Amino acid sequence: MAELNYREAVAHGIAQEMRRDPLLVMLGEDIADAGGVFKTTVGLLDEFGPERVRDTPISEQAIIGAAAGAAMTGIPTIAEIMFSDFIAVCFDMIVNEVAKARYMTGGQISVPMVIRTANGGGSRFGAQHSQSVENWCMMIPGLKVVAPSTPVDVIGLLAASIRDPDPVVFFEHKSLFATKGEVPDGEIVDTLGTAAVVRQGTDCTIVALALMVPRALEAADRLAEEGISAEVIDVRTLVPLDTETLLGSVVKTGRLYTVEENPRLCGWGAEITSIVAEEVFWDLDGPIVRITTPHIPLPSAEALEDLAIPSADRVHDTVVKTMG
Amino acid sequence: MSTDRAEAGRHDFALRPSRPPAPVDHANEDLPIPLETRVEMYRLQQELRQFEKRAYDLFMQNLVKGTSHLSLGQEAVAAGVAAAIRPDDYTFATYRGHAHTLARGVGMGPVMAELLGREDGLLGGKGGSMHLTSVEHGMMGSYAIVGAHLCIANGAAWSAQIRGTDQVAVAFFGDGTTNIGAFHEALNFAVVWKLPVIFVCENNLYMEYTPSDFVTAVPHPAADRAPAYGLEAVLVDGNDADAVYEAARKAVELARSGGGPSLIEAMTYRHGGHSRADPGKYRPDGEVDAWLERDPIPMYHQRLLRLGVAEGQLTEIQQEVAQRVDDATEYAKASAPPGDAALMTDVWADGGSAWRN
Repeated sequence: MAELNYREAVAHGIAQEMRRDPLLVMLGEDIADAGGVFKTTVGLLDEFGPERVRDTPISEQAIIGAAAGAAMTGIPTIAEIMFSDFIAVCFDMIVNEVAKARYMTGGQISVPMVIRTANGGGSRFGAQHSQSVENWCMMIPGLKVVAPSTPVDVIGLLAASIRDPDPVVFFEHKSLFATKGEVPDGEIVDTLGTAAVVRQGTDCTIVALALMVPRALEAADRLAEEGISAEVIDVRTLVPLDTETLLGSVVKTGRLYTVEENPRLCGWGAEITSIVAEEVFWDLDGPIVRITTPHIPLPSAEALEDLAIPSADRVHDTVVKTMG
Repeated sequence: MSTDRAEAGRHDFALRPSRPPAPVDHANEDLPIPLETRVEMYRLQQELRQFEKRAYDLFMQNLVKGTSHLSLGQEAVAAGVAAAIRPDDYTFATYRGHAHTLARGVGMGPVMAELLGREDGLLGGKGGSMHLTSVEHGMMGSYAIVGAHLCIANGAAWSAQIRGTDQVAVAFFGDGTTNIGAFHEALNFAVVWKLPVIFVCENNLYMEYTPSDFVTAVPHPAADRAPAYGLEAVLVDGNDADAVYEAARKAVELARSGGGPSLIEAMTYRHGGHSRADPGKYRPDGEVDAWLERDPIPMYHQRLLRLGVAEGQLTEIQQEVAQRVDDATEYAKASAPPGDAALMTDVWADGGSAWRN
């Protein structure tokens, strides 16, 4: 057992998989010599060499295209897109090429690749470097979507993503990079499509993802002191979605809150809300409530960004108000 | 160009000056290309021509739905490159990909059935005209978003480099592609990584319905850009299979020996419109006729006769191909539409499409 931070866990997970599979390669901007702008790939160049850990030009289409072409011809790949906002620059590659390759070729082409990217706010970077864009990817058939909240999940879900024969977009949260957690020794491999009940409760279910998980847990601690027993679920992977765990919890508690960093419209919580409303409506004791970033571009100033992104306070206050 | 015509041409492309083909370079007859390779290129051009004509007829009969983009007139490019590569090399095409698929040896029957949306189609009816793919033939797909596949071809070339094979990847694209960002990203990337990839621009003079010189900063959209990436400007007669073959052969040799990428611009012309819906009325009087005079197939036919191939052998090839096109048509028509179950398969590697438990 060792304590790693979330940032170190990324390199740890990649290294675990590169040791296992000598064909696995990685490419991206500033990932080799510089060790990544978020220092998530430190040490990989030294261990695996410049043929397997390769710096690229600032060419997101070329990065995703090269990763896809290699993946479909027998070389599994990890492509880093430095900030998830830049997914917009290569959205064609991800959405029209990578995601659809298998279906539109009648199953002939496999694209075993992982797109890693730094997602989310809290860094005061403003509207073009702070977005939570996991919902952009969730809506595309053919993409798996993963967003871990702890170091051990980073390793296990990254390993599962790399071993998955389908394309996975793996969101690493910028504001979690410094957070620490216990990591067991030895190989760690998790399972995609499994949510985790990270706190048991009986009065309401709070569903969260990535940075919103620790905030939901903090809110649940305070709610417990006030006599409200909240169950907190870390969704972990949006596609595949572990609806069994989500529905089971809602049936038990009768109340659902989603805590989403993405802006309001078409956030992932809307999909979960719709599933719950369609399938366990009669088990609900009150309206489903979505707690999200407002439908605005993210501001840069600390005071405004903190106001925009759901906080533990906002989660707590919303639950108290609506459970009242 | 007179000022008046130039002005008129700004609003009506049909009034622009005609851009006729260059004359045949008969010196290409002396290129050291084995006669059997030349006969094979003739056969390929016949296959592509006769297949595309049949595809056109089937559109007219409304048996093919959706759209299609034919290579009628451009066959020499597909045939010349296909003859210069190995079966284990990779090719990537655009939505104008019937010819490039057939040129790799993919059966006409499955391709025709795919155009008709049948269960025996090459992609089981899920791809259609614009996405023809046959991995077992090294035909890694037809990509319908302009420019994307140049970046993907880089990846296949990188993969060959990593695996230590001497395979090459070829990406075909049109003149219009040279103005999209992915083209420029792909070229720079390929050169910097010294990838065994060959970019083949089929310059048919029109970016869909617009003359490409009307919207492009340089006269030769690919060749004139090559030096910006440290590449040789290679401009060939795309209506002469020998010229294409020779350029492709040199590029393949360079790529296999670790010399990196090449960019070839092949001048050609599509006999029809951009797609099924387009009658091609934006082309000046006389231009289509001038290019029909430079049709790659009759020219090549005459060349083979001069090189000593018997007329009878060429007739036999034509007839044999015609029979195969008929057979493919029958095969396609006899195939059933895909069953309902096919709708939800092959999103994921497990064969299914489940996104939740």
